Amino acid sequence: MKTTIPILSKAIYLDNAATTQKPQVVIDAMKEYYENYNANVHRGIYTLAEKATVAYEKSRDIVATFIGASREEVVFTSGTTESINVIARMLEPTLKEGDEIVITVLEHHSNMVPWQQSCKRTGAVLKVIQLNKDNEVDIEDAKNKITNKTKIVAFSGYSNVLGDVIDVTALLKLAKAVEAYTVIDGAQLVPHKKVDVKKIDCDFFAFSGHKMCGPTGIGVLYGKKKLLEELEPVLFGGEMIATVSQQDATWADLPHKFEAGTPKICQAIGLGVACDYLSSIQYDKKEQMLIALAEYAKMELAKRGVTLIKTKGSIITFTLDNIHPHDIAEVLNKYTICVRAGNHCTMPLHDVLGVKASVRISLYHYNSQDDIDRLLEGVAKAQEVFDGS
Amino acid sequence: MDLELYQENVMDHYKNPRGKKVMENATFSYTENNPLCGDEVTFYVRLDGDIIEEITFTGHGCAISLASASLLIEYLKGKEVDAIKEVTDDKIKALLGVPISHTRIKCALLSQKTVQKGLEEYNDTHN
Ligand SMILES: Cc1ncc(COP(=O)(O)O)c(C=O)c1O
Repeated sequence: MKTTIPILSKAIYLDNAATTQKPQVVIDAMKEYYENYNANVHRGIYTLAEKATVAYEKSRDIVATFIGASREEVVFTSGTTESINVIARMLEPTLKEGDEIVITVLEHHSNMVPWQQSCKRTGAVLKVIQLNKDNEVDIEDAKNKITNKTKIVAFSGYSNVLGDVIDVTALLKLAKAVEAYTVIDGAQLVPHKKVDVKKIDCDFFAFSGHKMCGPTGIGVLYGKKKLLEELEPVLFGGEMIATVSQQDATWADLPHKFEAGTPKICQAIGLGVACDYLSSIQYDKKEQMLIALAEYAKMELAKRGVTLIKTKGSIITFTLDNIHPHDIAEVLNKYTICVRAGNHCTMPLHDVLGVKASVRISLYHYNSQDDIDRLLEGVAKAQEVFDGS
Repeated sequence: MDLELYQENVMDHYKNPRGKKVMENATFSYTENNPLCGDEVTFYVRLDGDIIEEITFTGHGCAISLASASLLIEYLKGKEVDAIKEVTDDKIKALLGVPISHTRIKCALLSQKTVQKGLEEYNDTHN
């Protein structure tokens, strides 16, 4: 599979939770659009515009099928961050002082800061579910935090630092029992597990194209059709209107009601191809292999005196006593091994874990045991540089 | 091994930092952090008139941020207080003497930022 992803011949890439590498088919589809049928969509009568519109809307169909949604429910955004910000703004008019929004402590800043801001503007209160001793989202704590005051429950389906540690079904059940709106940050869930939004049965779901072999600058806001019909848009302009008078406007039908301005045409086309690519390689079946690789890496790292943070799934997060995460990443970089060092956009989580920063390895379907072995050699080199005299 | 960044001088200052201790009778002290990587340093400066009589630091961080703190202390000690303001980005790079990439520049400059902000705050409250 490596040969079909050009960058993989240039680096050992282990930072897939940050972004994933792009298969040749995705790159080619985007190049093809710019070279052969670049035009704005839903506007021109000419053939180029027709071709661009058809390709853009076909991608929506592909993405909808990929996540089990209907096409009206798939709104293209620039990514998870924009999706969650828009959802928060859409739901804000439903909030009043004293209402509560519940999130978890492991959220990426993009599923935390928008809710903090909603609370500031409405007088709602933010409640944060903590972790249990195994670094999983604590369902017992969730039972205390989700109450009759809860109006929105927003949480990640898969953590970019701790991995597969969230019981999505249990949290949704608690949220539904109090009739709260449910929002899932699927940025890491979609790349790793087959997602069917109808089966999950959440109200809103957000994810990013670039974390699943697609391009940057494209993501999805899924919302249940009934809710998207009821709620007002928060971004206004071209494309999203039906009629405009000097003083007022009416909205286009779903999903265009939520897509103001010229959309991300090329990126949407790339995302559609990425979904097809993932389906064709049966990406969800590779997860077991990745978990086994991660377990192997953890075992070997532990032998080298690394302090592992408890994670599940295909993410490995660790610290070393005498070496700062930046310095490990820097030494690994000399061997063209790409890992992440820092707090990975989760400062509150790092506070709770009691570390300032960590090294993160996040695997994807194209990683192999050889990559892990090279990583282990690299860590040994870093130890030589820093622990040697 | 070709690890340009971790030359002997940098590693020496990282492993054996000069003046890494709390100063009780500082004229001013200041703490700054780099929120993206969690690095944090505190600088302590004691002035004798216009002269930096004593300068120390404490903190935690990567080799680059801590080595630059130690190098900066060695450089500033005994100089006139204005020398603090005059420390440029290029001066820090020269003190480190190794190529600093775009992603590590924040690490390298944390100390400079800290001691300069400390002096600014001191001047603001004493003028
Ligand atoms: C769990 C999680 N949520 C949200 C995001 C934000 O995604 P983006 O930066 O693509 O908007 C990320 C990506 O870093 C993530 O890992």
